[in-house]
Amino acid sequence: MINRRQWLGGAAGIAGAAALPRFAIAQGTGGSSSRVLKFIPQADLAVADPIITTAYVSRNHGYMIWDTLYGFDQDYRPQPQMVEGHRVEEDGRRVTLVLRDGLKFHDGEPVRALDCVASIRRWATRDALGQVMMTVVDELSAPDDKTILFRFKQPFPLLFEALGKPATPVCFIMPERLAKTDPAVAVKEMIGSGPFRWKADERVPGARLVYERNADYVPRADGPVSWTAGPKRVHFDRIEWNVMPDAATAANAMQNGEADWYEQPPGDLQDLLRRNRNLTLEIQDPTGLVAMARFNHLHPPFNNPAIRRALLGAINQSDFMTAVIGTDKSLWRDRVGIFTPETPLANEAGMEVLTSPRDYDKVKRDLQAAGYKGEKVVLIAASDFANLNALAQVGHDMLRKCGLNVEFVSADWGTVVQRRASKEAPEKGGWSMFFTFFAGVDMVNPGVQQALRGHGQAAWFGWPTAPKLEELRNAWFSAPDLAAQQEIAKQIQLQAFQDVPYLPLGQYFQAWAYRRGLTGIVKGLPIFWNVQRS
Amino acid sequence: MFAYIIRRVLATIPVMVVVALFVFSLLYLAPGDPAAVIAGDQATPADVERIRASLGLDRPFVVRFSEWAWHIIRGDLGISIFTNLPVSRMIAQRIEPTLSLMVVTLVLAVVIAVPMGVVAAWKAGSWIDRAVMAFAVLGFSVPVFVVGYVLAYYFALGLDWFPVQGYTPLSQGFGPWLSNLVLPAVALSSAYIALIARITRATMLEVLQQDYIRTARAKGAGQRTILFLHALKNAAVPIVTVIGIGIALLIGGAVITESVFAIPGLGRLTIDAILRRDYPVIQGVVLLFSFVYVLVNLLIDLSYTLFDPRIRY
Repeated sequence: MINRRQWLGGAAGIAGAAALPRFAIAQGTGGSSSRVLKFIPQADLAVADPIITTAYVSRNHGYMIWDTLYGFDQDYRPQPQMVEGHRVEEDGRRVTLVLRDGLKFHDGEPVRALDCVASIRRWATRDALGQVMMTVVDELSAPDDKTILFRFKQPFPLLFEALGKPATPVCFIMPERLAKTDPAVAVKEMIGSGPFRWKADERVPGARLVYERNADYVPRADGPVSWTAGPKRVHFDRIEWNVMPDAATAANAMQNGEADWYEQPPGDLQDLLRRNRNLTLEIQDPTGLVAMARFNHLHPPFNNPAIRRALLGAINQSDFMTAVIGTDKSLWRDRVGIFTPETPLANEAGMEVLTSPRDYDKVKRDLQAAGYKGEKVVLIAASDFANLNALAQVGHDMLRKCGLNVEFVSADWGTVVQRRASKEAPEKGGWSMFFTFFAGVDMVNPGVQQALRGHGQAAWFGWPTAPKLEELRNAWFSAPDLAAQQEIAKQIQLQAFQDVPYLPLGQYFQAWAYRRGLTGIVKGLPIFWNVQRS
Repeated sequence: MFAYIIRRVLATIPVMVVVALFVFSLLYLAPGDPAAVIAGDQATPADVERIRASLGLDRPFVVRFSEWAWHIIRGDLGISIFTNLPVSRMIAQRIEPTLSLMVVTLVLAVVIAVPMGVVAAWKAGSWIDRAVMAFAVLGFSVPVFVVGYVLAYYFALGLDWFPVQGYTPLSQGFGPWLSNLVLPAVALSSAYIALIARITRATMLEVLQQDYIRTARAKGAGQRTILFLHALKNAAVPIVTVIGIGIALLIGGAVITESVFAIPGLGRLTIDAILRRDYPVIQGVVLLFSFVYVLVNLLIDLSYTLFDPRIRY
């Protein structure tokens, strides 16, 4: 039996514990150790296999665990990473890659060429550029443990780019036993040869992921650290990804010293974080995110290219970007064409369709002339992603101003991705338009751009049929040098403004917030080598 | 009594069967496709189809339900479509934070709300009564996430007394555990305190008009004895009922509170699973919540016998 005095004692104990000073009770939640980095990722890691999915968070997780044969530098050029070097022979029809010494998987097994071959084959079934590559591969083999041999039916100058690109899915190298998994089934183990090991026992799905330094990792000895190229030297023992779906909570955690690095602070919280003298906000990915409105090309009214073309005259990219990220022009860019601005293939060909004065009356006349008869336009919008919802709201307003008969369907992303797979007519559960964005690295060339494909029913959602775009894309694969690629890119952009597979809506940049004491953060992706606490 | 408990426990079986069938059917009919979510935004329709087939999502309803039901009968809640982890393990990982939050909230609510309601009834019509009722209206009216943000702003960011987010397991010490739970529990309990305080006041007002209270006063019983021994015990049945019903409210409120304070509990697990259409996880969590709710109702029914000797099962 508890008596009154015991009750009072217990209550006082509880009250005392609640009133303990912060420094005494915060262990385990805040107060970063110098060897532990606490990171708030853009989203939870829903799918841990970076080959089965194109989700960016899975790609970023992939760079922790797995290594790549080539990296990409800030000039968008592939650089050797796991390979010591390569030989190109027989006019590019035979390419030999030789692995570096000392590469070892986390289970202690050495990395063999056979592992690389199996990994390349699995990746190539999922990746657009990989699929093109495999159509010209005659032989992909491992003559010995350190040599990977490609024999091509015709030269494939984009081989190193394909193997090193950071666009999703990335060609990560897995042990052969994992790489032989069906590409439609996620691998069950997180065993790689990358600079960090996965702490499976500490994973709390939806809340926390933990990686520890791979002590056996041998970084490259040469080259500067640049994007995913160069030596991967790790200065932290442990990286913790703490998932915080609520942006205000994440911002509070940053301000309170409970996290070191916040990947995607939303625009409306950036000023708040910028005012905190312990934090730095910086745009580290110059390719940003490129927004678009995607048409359904199978059904009226957007099966009519003239109607799609007419809408180019209504787009005011600054309206879309302001809605997404705010009025600070350093955070977004308009006048964005088909390729990511300031990357090698970006060009001005035909840009007047986007940059000439906007005139809704003219757009209405053009729509009538194109044969628009008031067909219903079903716009599907994801309400659970603020940036996608903002794009859809502005797009809805734009379409109404153009005189289109719009039905705005707001749903969560899970519903949108299901509905957009429907090829039914809009009034029978299908759709006419949705909004999305791609990372800038996924829009830098025709090889990685899904939305530019025009191979009909097999194309990305929207299913455009655009044979000239396909012809130009194929020509780009065979272009011998950058100048030839750039010339084809201009033609692609001109043709894209004729076929209009999608409407380009601008580019915005996502600032990262991190503690001032962190140095050596690598530009491009949130990757954790080279970073240290000063 | 024992026979009654057995009967009630057995009665949960058809309830759970109906819940299982209902949840499975609802998820089957609801829009959304986990294969599309897994494949990612840039995957082609063919990629999505391949993943859907590999997950068995293209099979008929009856086949999928039978398979799932057979696993449930054997105590297997299935494997998460996304994480490839057993649902039972994911629930086990998340149960401690949610249970901790609910227990602290419940204790806080009962300890504060019941005396508040008793005092308000005792001082009915006075400024104390009006203040308690004003607090109750406020507690009901202000959403839990607003209370959460305000508390985090003042007590975590301002005064630095508590962390703004996260959860520390009890195994790492009572202080850290409680420190992470104080703000979320206060936020979550605000509506609950309001509810219990109002019900306590209303019930106590009725009881205080009864003849036996007048008799107790005539016999010279003290105010405290009258309020807490005679009146509160007789008012307990409806109060306990409301506390029980409130546990359902707590489950709903915990979903929001766990998001605001980044607590890795069952609420966040549920939301994440719903947004991704991770069917086995949704089904597992809903079954668990249903079972807990049935169990709580049973415990409340049994507790009536402690307060009212006229009730016998």
